Amino acid sequence: MSTPSIEMRKLTKRFGAFTALDHLDMNLEGAKCVGFLGPNGAGKTTTLKMLADMIFPTEGECFINGISAQQSRKRALADAGVLIESPEIYPSLTPRQAFNMVADLRGVPTAERKGRIEEVLTEVKMLEWADERVGRFSKGMKQRINIAAALLHDPGVVILDEPATGLDPRGMAEVRDIVRNLKKRNRLIFMSSHILQEVTDVCDEVALINKGKLLFYDTLPNVLSRFADGHATVDVGLARPLEDAGRVKDVAALPGVATATLLEPNRIRVKFSGGVEAQERLLETLVSWHIGVKSLSEPESALEEIYLQQVARGD
Amino acid sequence: MAAVAELPSSMSQIFQLTKNQYREYLSSRRYLALVGIVVAIGAILSFVVYHYHDTLQGPGGLLSSNLAFYGSVWAGALGLIVVLAAVFFGGDAIAGEFQNKTGYFLMGLPIRRATVYVGKWIAAFGASLSILGLWLAIVLLNGAAYFGTDFLPWQLVPSIILGIVYLMAVLGATFLFSSLFKTSAYGFVLTAILFLFGFTLLQDLVLGLVKIEPWMVISYASGAIGDVFATNINWGLAATVTTVSLGPRGGATITSYTPGVAEGVIIMLAYFVLSSVAGLLLFEREEFS
Repeated sequence: MSTPSIEMRKLTKRFGAFTALDHLDMNLEGAKCVGFLGPNGAGKTTTLKMLADMIFPTEGECFINGISAQQSRKRALADAGVLIESPEIYPSLTPRQAFNMVADLRGVPTAERKGRIEEVLTEVKMLEWADERVGRFSKGMKQRINIAAALLHDPGVVILDEPATGLDPRGMAEVRDIVRNLKKRNRLIFMSSHILQEVTDVCDEVALINKGKLLFYDTLPNVLSRFADGHATVDVGLARPLEDAGRVKDVAALPGVATATLLEPNRIRVKFSGGVEAQERLLETLVSWHIGVKSLSEPESALEEIYLQQVARGD
Repeated sequence: MAAVAELPSSMSQIFQLTKNQYREYLSSRRYLALVGIVVAIGAILSFVVYHYHDTLQGPGGLLSSNLAFYGSVWAGALGLIVVLAAVFFGGDAIAGEFQNKTGYFLMGLPIRRATVYVGKWIAAFGASLSILGLWLAIVLLNGAAYFGTDFLPWQLVPSIILGIVYLMAVLGATFLFSSLFKTSAYGFVLTAILFLFGFTLLQDLVLGLVKIEPWMVISYASGAIGDVFATNINWGLAATVTTVSLGPRGGATITSYTPGVAEGVIIMLAYFVLSSVAGLLLFEREEFS
């Protein structure tokens, strides 16, 4: 079996005078999760729709596993699971009937079918609804069914357009688990998302697009370090509010520390250089001060800061 | 990585899509509604014919012969039933995929667009045929009640075939209209208006103003469905032209045209082929934007 891949070559889409996507070149290869970020109207869904041959490029071409989606959509989508724009399943069908239809059209062997259907329904926590009509389902339940349908044939390439749309916090967490499981099974996942925490949690690489142009595409650690001016950022969590605010200046004065900011009474953000060794020294020093250090973590908003900064630069 | 299942052929996918879509039609409320409408039309017709059967048995009456009966009852209502079936099953067949976003589910699968179009068309055709079958059963029951063993004239067979060809043409056009728009209502309305009034009006205009045979109008061609019950059937490619003089001195004349059966079939098939090809090409280029 070849390595799963998605390739976009000079992919361009114009709607009249409006350029939704401008010569996008990307090459995704291997088992990983790539987060596709960008503000509304940036061109994310347009890109994914062209990958699924739902809309046609004005210029360029895209390939799934080396097969052109434009020249041969049937073969290109054979090993791809696609979820774009929260589709609707025929409301009179039950998930089991809908999945049997998908299995028929995808050629899933009859012997494997029942087991696969139950497996994916279990994965999205919808097994008990397998024989209820989809028309009665909530938006979140339908989205779970859509995710399951995209995974029914155990695809090598998974294309997800904001998969957590309509899901409650528990559902969002479950989507993250599903993506993690897919990664463990050596799948290539290309996922657009507005939820930066979701991307930080599950993606290995991120691509940021704005106004149809790719701003960057790199591994998540590279992105975080590249846009942090060579500095790493950590949040120091304290068990109790910092009694002496002057301590923040002491932190800022430590070797390798660029800045220290008291974000909340019990949280200090520290920007420093020097890698893991510097981080270790920093932690040891802070603990020795007995100020109630209880955690040292990468800030949740690191990617958000980069996102906002880069998008603002492009506007 | 899991082995990629071998994809079924496009023919097999058409069959699977047709099977699923047909099941969807049969379990839909619209199917029940159409069955209800046809049964209601049949019930009213049966009651009226039964109530006035003495009068209708007179010369030129509906029950004067089995040919007159089928020519009026079967063929008379068939046009309406075909249009209703096409509207009910084809009006939103393509537009609904965009409007209801069910197309986004289908188009994520490894199938050709033509497969979706053809599969849905065959399913709509099958569902419409079952409605025509219901109408035929109602008419045959009435026929058996009034004509006994002589209730089945051979002319009914070509008329049924012509009715099926007409259904193909109307459904082809309905799918074309449905492909034109991303809103189902437009497909419904355009089909209903054109086939219930539009083409008949066009036929009258061509006859009255241009004074030529309206061979290009499908409602004219569909006249062959009832014409096969006439005593002198024109099976040919050329229309029967009848000119009637008005007044004693033969001043003004009215010319009427009756399509030959082969002519009617060709016109209806032309509508089917052209509209199907156009609809398919439109759907092939339609974007799920």
